[in-house]
Amino acid sequence: MMIYADNAATTRMSPAAIKAMTACMEEQYGNPSSLYTLGQNAREVLEQARADIARVINADPKEIYFTSGGSEADNQAICSAAANGKRNGKTHIISTAFEHHAVLHTLKKLEKEGFTVTLLDVHEDGLVRPEELKAAIREDTCLVTVMYANNEIGTIQPVAEIGAICKERGIPFHTDAVQAVGHLPIDVKAQQIDLLSASAHKFHGPKGIGFLYARKGFRLTNLIEGGAQERGKRAGTENVPAVVGMAEALKEISGKMSDNTARLTVLRDRLIAGLKEIPHGALNGDAHRRLPGNVNFCFEGIEGESLLLLLDDRGICASSGSACTSGSLDPSHVLLAIGRVHDVAHGSLRLSLSEENTPEDVEYIIRNVKEVVAYLRSFSPVWRDLMSGKKSFIL
Amino acid sequence: MALYSEKVMDHFRHPRNVGIIEDADGIGEVGNAKCGDIMKMYLKIEDDVISDVKFETFGCGSAIASSSMATELIKGKPVSDAMQLTNQAVAEALDGLPDYKMHCSVLAEEAIQNALDDYYRKHPEKKIK
Repeated sequence: MMIYADNAATTRMSPAAIKAMTACMEEQYGNPSSLYTLGQNAREVLEQARADIARVINADPKEIYFTSGGSEADNQAICSAAANGKRNGKTHIISTAFEHHAVLHTLKKLEKEGFTVTLLDVHEDGLVRPEELKAAIREDTCLVTVMYANNEIGTIQPVAEIGAICKERGIPFHTDAVQAVGHLPIDVKAQQIDLLSASAHKFHGPKGIGFLYARKGFRLTNLIEGGAQERGKRAGTENVPAVVGMAEALKEISGKMSDNTARLTVLRDRLIAGLKEIPHGALNGDAHRRLPGNVNFCFEGIEGESLLLLLDDRGICASSGSACTSGSLDPSHVLLAIGRVHDVAHGSLRLSLSEENTPEDVEYIIRNVKEVVAYLRSFSPVWRDLMSGKKSFIL
Repeated sequence: MALYSEKVMDHFRHPRNVGIIEDADGIGEVGNAKCGDIMKMYLKIEDDVISDVKFETFGCGSAIASSSMATELIKGKPVSDAMQLTNQAVAEALDGLPDYKMHCSVLAEEAIQNALDDYYRKHPEKKIK
């Protein structure tokens, strides 16, 4: 028995995508840059995939650039905006404290190169306040980069409002939409998004492939030199099968998005309600403005890695923001950004459901998380001190 | 590829000597919740021998396994042996720990040292001359 509840980490591949990829590898093995028919056939499936992907987010196919994944897209978007800004003497960037490290580390690198970065507060509910973005904008702001939905706590940012503010001030707006594409309706025109990053394996596509949407007229800097692929912005022979798999998966999931959302929201809310019965725990992030499959809790008095290992023994795949699972001494920067103190951030649990999960899965998860948390607390010195009144409860 | 050795997983899944000793002769506590690891060791000492030992741990899998193994290594042993327990001995008995988890074995060593210090503080006459 296995319940996969870590879909924010990666997803099971869609059988339709696997089939499309296999066919592509067997039949369209030509190089899209070759002029003979076999090559041009590969070119055709590549461009068809580009058009299919563009349609899902209401972009023009020429605005889609294939990358190795979300991290590369984030890097290229941010470095391009920074280079454009620098050319005009603008070196200020606005972002948030709880972005993915693909964004935060790129910003750190730019700070070393002389850029100034303002990180917006995401508050206890994990949401950016548009008026605070407005107040943070300076004459020399060259980029606003705010993620569409957070990867740990799933909170959905007011993207359209941010887009409108940026548009009004003439500042490029990038959004890391890795957790959102395929799961939330996106319209880059209506939401006035200039740059958007996506990753295929978060929506049942293959790993190692993603895309960057860049609005027409936005000047991209290429990270990889050496060829004319992707209109000279990303050298290297295109990973045609992966692109085809990504497009197939995205078409499939987008076609059933509203059904998925309706079903998943019910499962998510039941899971939240069930886990809320555990004393001295708390949901992380706003209860409603969050991804339909995302549940993230902190439980006081326990540590996340031991929780995950015991859940794994019971067939549940989940993740945690504890220091031990991040390989660093600090717990998740996301949980710290929403004001969780270290002591409780170590005891976090993220469950991210997909449309493949069932109500039975949810009941099984609730029952087992309750048991494992109670078990770990039974020999936790922290829990003993909390129960005896030696320490005060935080949650 | 497993994260931990079979031994670590065994001690994590079935920790030995879990609990507290109400009338402990020495109690040691190390680590802090901020870092995500706290170990508390309780010792019962009779005739310079660790007659009983219990632990409570807040921490990751290797922290729980290290505590459990450390208690096994000193239970029934003379106090002088317990004094010599090193983190390497704990890690080796667990068939090794990943590099970034070695600090868990250090905590186990320190928790026992801490409990022995407490014992000698309460029984200065027992201190080895």
